[in-house]
Amino acid sequence: MSILTVVIPEFFLFISSTFLLMAGLFIKKKNIINTLSIAALVMTAVLISFQNLSLGFNNSFVNDEFSKIFKILLLMGSISALLMFSSSRKNLNIDIYEFSILVCLSSIGMMVMVSSNDLLAMFIGLELQSLSLYVLAALNRNSLQSSEAGIKYFILGALSSGLLLFGISYIYGFTGNTNFNLISATYDKESLGLLIGIVFVCSGLAFKVSAVPFHMWTPDVYQGAPTPVTGFFALAPKVAALALLGRFLFTSFGDSAHEWQQIIIFLSIASMLFASFAAIAQNNIKRLMAYSSIGHVGYALIGIACFTEEGIQALVIYLIIYLFMNISVFSFILFMKRKGEYFENISDLSGLYKHNPFYAIIISLIMFSLAGIPPLAGFFGKFYIFMAAIKNEMFLLSLVGILASVISAFYYLRIIKVIYFDEPTDKFDGYNSKSLNFLFFSSSSFVIFFLIYPRPIVEISNFASKTFF
Amino acid sequence: MTELPILSIILLIPIIGILILMFIKSDNENSISNIKQTALWISFLNFVVSLFILFSFDQDNPNFQFQESHFWLNNIISYDLGVDGISLLFIILTTFLVPICILASFKSITFSIKEYLISFLALEVFMIGVFVSMDIVLFYLFFEGGLIPMFLIIGIWGGERRVYSTFKFFLYTLAGSVFMLLAIIFMYWETGTTSIPQLMQYNFNYDAQILLWLAFFASFVVKIPMWPFHTWLPDAHVEAPTAGSVILAGILLKLAGYGFIRFSITMFPDASLYFAPMIFTLSIIAIIFTSLIALVQKDMKKLIAYSSVAHMGFVTLGIFTFTLQGIEGAIIQMISHGIVSAALFLCVGVIYDRIHSREIDRYGGLVSRMPIYSFSFMIFILASLGLPGTSGFVGEFLVLLSLFSINTYFALFATTGVVLAATYSLLLFRKVIFGKLIKDDLKDMLDLSRREIIIFIPLIILTLFIGIYPKPVMNIIEPASQQTVDLINEKLKR
Repeated sequence: MSILTVVIPEFFLFISSTFLLMAGLFIKKKNIINTLSIAALVMTAVLISFQNLSLGFNNSFVNDEFSKIFKILLLMGSISALLMFSSSRKNLNIDIYEFSILVCLSSIGMMVMVSSNDLLAMFIGLELQSLSLYVLAALNRNSLQSSEAGIKYFILGALSSGLLLFGISYIYGFTGNTNFNLISATYDKESLGLLIGIVFVCSGLAFKVSAVPFHMWTPDVYQGAPTPVTGFFALAPKVAALALLGRFLFTSFGDSAHEWQQIIIFLSIASMLFASFAAIAQNNIKRLMAYSSIGHVGYALIGIACFTEEGIQALVIYLIIYLFMNISVFSFILFMKRKGEYFENISDLSGLYKHNPFYAIIISLIMFSLAGIPPLAGFFGKFYIFMAAIKNEMFLLSLVGILASVISAFYYLRIIKVIYFDEPTDKFDGYNSKSLNFLFFSSSSFVIFFLIYPRPIVEISNFASKTFF
Repeated sequence: MTELPILSIILLIPIIGILILMFIKSDNENSISNIKQTALWISFLNFVVSLFILFSFDQDNPNFQFQESHFWLNNIISYDLGVDGISLLFIILTTFLVPICILASFKSITFSIKEYLISFLALEVFMIGVFVSMDIVLFYLFFEGGLIPMFLIIGIWGGERRVYSTFKFFLYTLAGSVFMLLAIIFMYWETGTTSIPQLMQYNFNYDAQILLWLAFFASFVVKIPMWPFHTWLPDAHVEAPTAGSVILAGILLKLAGYGFIRFSITMFPDASLYFAPMIFTLSIIAIIFTSLIALVQKDMKKLIAYSSVAHMGFVTLGIFTFTLQGIEGAIIQMISHGIVSAALFLCVGVIYDRIHSREIDRYGGLVSRMPIYSFSFMIFILASLGLPGTSGFVGEFLVLLSLFSINTYFALFATTGVVLAATYSLLLFRKVIFGKLIKDDLKDMLDLSRREIIIFIPLIILTLFIGIYPKPVMNIIEPASQQTVDLINEKLKR
């Protein structure tokens, strides 16, 4: 029994989701399952916050401040996705209760990823997460795009899992261990084979966080998948995969940081630059958000590349802010419907300012925030990231990052331009969905009023950054 | 000193104004007029409060006054406010121009006036914030944040090519400022503080100074703007609504001049000395080149925009002489330009509201129909070209005086700018005001309305007052400027 205390939240979520899976067969009102899933996720988050710091399963599963904060973050992402789903499931042809179950199952996978301290635990968590996500992407069976997204994501995801396993086997072969701490204690710094292993594992994880050059699936999957699913993709898996990448590199290869730092710096520069140019040409707002998320991952990777306390702190702050900005954008995308049908082109936003100035100004401020303009929250995310980078004397990286942020400001401004300056089109249906309004307003007020009282977030990030140093 | 957190109050009043405006409906004539009145009185109240700062300001004290300090981002970056003799006048200028802008927009803005006024009040917060912040991160926050309302003001209520202009304005200034952000972060790690007074005392090593100076320069050179980075300014000015141009010329350009004095020369004096010849050369090119361009403009707003670039050239010349006169001259030149160019844009706005054209050839002979207008226009034109007795003269004179003491050749070239300024300003005046009144629609032009006279009177009084009796203004500037110059000299000796 004592061994289970380490995984109480995961176990709870597992039990409740399997129970809900069965209950779903008998309950006619499908929304109940969704509500109960949300309750289960909230309960899990509460359990996590009361958990003690502990190690379990032969040190392959670890609960520390870092994992606690990232788990709560990714659960917030999952809860938001479920709230988005509850408002749109009727109109999107995805009125099936399995959505909630799949989100819960992949959340378990992500929680295992965040806590894993062993290559095998990491792989198990990753696969549980990924397989649920493949199904989620193809959730809308009747839509060609959605099926395509599912297949594409599955094939490329399988490839990335292959790369990851290949890397794991190299690492195991050259160290004889799968546990992160043991690897760190025993590995040979000169070993070339080990380096190959690190490269492959990093590549596999780069697929999951969609960093360039492993980003190809992102735009198609984001566009094809139903919007609540896209929102989920943008929120939770990124957080989990970044946490995993961080823990894997920090714990097992902390001593040869200069080796993997180059890989991460390359991924980061490529993502920031590529995303800022590629997003300029996009017309579909979900596709644009896909590129935007690639760019944001590039900034978050700077935090990992730093390998310092400040770096982790910056990573946590950046991800929290990123999460809130994306929640509000995706909940807004779900407002974009006319006569029950969803519209996804940027040009559909035109005239929003005439029809509904209040929502127009809020979504514009979110766009400014995504572009990193002060005094909105997005600026503080970038500020902390560059603080960490400059402390580490990574001047080139920060220069590229800051220039990419100027270029990316262009495509965020383009959305504002469409909202404010273009000729109006028809009105959107209305803004009466309670769950969407709750998500939209709570997340946007966080983004807009962040500067007034930033202290709690900074303290949370301090708390997390103490784990590794 | 007072116990009241007065600097926070002048930041808060416009914010409260914004909140009030948000809750007023704007669906009929009556409520729109309510909105206008509310915004006007809020901004006027802010002006009165800022006057209170002016009168309770201790003129003999060169240090920061009315200080406030609160814990903010982490243990080091804090919400620090304070004013000294250098920043005080800019705050007054801001609070003075905003009610005028709001009053000037009553007729010319025809739609979404509520959002317009909200943007304006937001802009006021950011502009005052720049001048009162004593923490460099806070400074950056306000410096950059001002882009958001200005982007919307030009983009929504601007002219035909407004989208192009507003994007150019935004991206150009953003691209410049981000380097400053990196420099600020670097300074933070180097010194362990972000407080401006402490940073002013710190000595950076030479190589760091050069890089930091260049990063700050990148930001300010675009904002001030100096040739060859000035191309966004004419576009932004031409497309912005009248009040937008007024704020742009009156205050936004001054943010950079203020930044040069506060950061570039005091924190990095060695680098400033090293780069001073470059600044002089660029400024003189700016003065002569943009004056020549101004000569051939067909659009009135463009002409004034180019003249702004030339005038700001004098400001940078003055700042980089590192002399008391130079810095005082630069500050007075900025204040004067803030009043005069603002007034000139308002003058253009007056006839634009009537005829809806900014082309110089479209007008002529206005003097016979609009004598009061012609009189006020004349005063501002004369102040713009630096006639003795107007505010324009004091600044230019001091700058040239200090420049002569440094380098005669630079001064010689700079002086030609004064002649060119006279040429294009008088040309504009002659073409618009004098000549025969031929065009038919001009014959029915009405002279200034009461609202417009109320707008112009304070501007005229200030222009003449600073020109004839600049002593009160100098008294405020002098101690702080003297301390700045002393600090620079002390650092340079080391």
